[in-house]
Amino acid sequence: MSEVISVRRRRLILGLGAGAGTLLLGGCDRLSSLPQTQSVLGSAQWLTRAAQRVLVSRDARAPEFTRADIAPVFRANGTTDPDNPQYQAMARNGFRDWRLRVDGLVERPMSFSLDDIRSMTAQTQITRHDCVEGWSCIGQWTGPLLRDLLARVVPKPQARYVMFFCADPMDDGGDFYYESIDMRTAAHPQTLLAYALNGETLPVAYGAPLRLRLGRQLGYKMAKYVMHIQLVSSYRPFGQGRGGYWEDQGYTWYAGI
Amino acid sequence: MSAARRAGGRVFVYRHTVAVRVLHWVNFVTLTVMLMSGLQIFNAHPALYWGASSEFSHPLLSIEAMQDDHGHTWGVTTVGAHSFVTTGLLGWSRGGGGSFTERGFPRWATLPSDTWLAMGRLWHLSFAWILVVNGALYVLLGLSSGHLKRDLWMTRADWRSLGHTFIEHLRLRFPKGDEARRYNGLQKLAYLFVIFVVAPAIVLSGLTMSPTMDAGFPWLLWVFHGRQSARTIHFICAMTLLGFFVVHIAMVILSGLWNNVRSMMTGRYAIETMPASAAEPRHE
Repeated sequence: MSEVISVRRRRLILGLGAGAGTLLLGGCDRLSSLPQTQSVLGSAQWLTRAAQRVLVSRDARAPEFTRADIAPVFRANGTTDPDNPQYQAMARNGFRDWRLRVDGLVERPMSFSLDDIRSMTAQTQITRHDCVEGWSCIGQWTGPLLRDLLARVVPKPQARYVMFFCADPMDDGGDFYYESIDMRTAAHPQTLLAYALNGETLPVAYGAPLRLRLGRQLGYKMAKYVMHIQLVSSYRPFGQGRGGYWEDQGYTWYAGI
Repeated sequence: MSAARRAGGRVFVYRHTVAVRVLHWVNFVTLTVMLMSGLQIFNAHPALYWGASSEFSHPLLSIEAMQDDHGHTWGVTTVGAHSFVTTGLLGWSRGGGGSFTERGFPRWATLPSDTWLAMGRLWHLSFAWILVVNGALYVLLGLSSGHLKRDLWMTRADWRSLGHTFIEHLRLRFPKGDEARRYNGLQKLAYLFVIFVVAPAIVLSGLTMSPTMDAGFPWLLWVFHGRQSARTIHFICAMTLLGFFVVHIAMVILSGLWNNVRSMMTGRYAIETMPASAAEPRHE
């Protein structure tokens, strides 16, 4: 082969390589906007969940800290003051009129007042809160275990997920924050319905009067301003069908990583 | 190998096996996606801390947009006690519409370009699987085929000539003839450092950011000194890999762009023979 052709071929191949690289990067932006891409890339969450289920035992606890580790200022994120007149009326009244409905696939649907919740055996834990944005804050949370509350209503065998419906509206269209966790997470010994932060009544900015606390998932799973808990066999019928407000915006349902 | 070819002063050796070549290019694409989606994720909270949690008033590094008394906005990057103006690159750069906007790393460095944490996480946490599988295959094949021991392990001679090799590299004089058949000590150390130090550190520090992994493997938090330290170390490892990549590309270009690229595509690597060399080429 003559040197001229060879040099031309080299340039062509190197040029093609550089071009392919540029296309790849531009293409990734284009790809990102395709629902199929989001669905394919998003399916990796089930692989991650399966792997973590194998590697981490059902009841393995998130690390707990000491009082000295508590953040001086715990960052309040997401909704910090629900734009909801009914909620605000309840807040002004110290949540005396607040009721937590627990129903769905349960033998005994029930309704709880804040005093009912406070009279249950409470856990206090100092744990780390990890936001999907990347930061972490340590706080002390107090409240009953979710599994104790669920034991009172007796879940039916078909129940696979626990849905949390909240008081904070997320847009003008009347969509409220909601979340879902599986029964395994609901039964974890650090899954709390917290009514106190750092020994004080849970402030509005952190989800008063009651919020979900999980030891092993990211912050967006931990619904604030919980009004209604429903046990279901599938989260598909709710919202856009992905299991939660942020999941409907493209975040993964599994938030253990 | 024909005599004519040899008289031309070049022999070809088979440098990279097909496995190494495939794994190399998969690794290249995967690392690019990981780096750029990682910067997208970083942009959601462009600050780094030390310890278990985020002490917001004392970041180790922060990238932000700040307004001066005249209403002019600057991109400001702060490392420890030192602040730098980084307008156009870090903190304050052009957004999708062309006007300046507050963002950590600029559009061209992130995947996707727009601020879109959910999508950045989808890319990052799916390609992480490809990266780990690809890396594990490399190490397993490298061990079983003897590639790691034969081609990358440091020999006594490598250690002895390290200083000399370093000076030769500074002069941009690269090995020729028989010396070019094998990796030199500096090269080996760079590859070994990336494969056995940076790669495990970046994977483990990444996993330490997973709250579920922290429950199952609390020793990860001990190793990395807490989740926020793990995030910082993860970032440092990523920048180290980027540094390696820059040096790697520079060396590929300086030591013969086409020859290097061809050897990583077809396996064939040309060596310029030296007249004084008595050794017979073994290949081809």
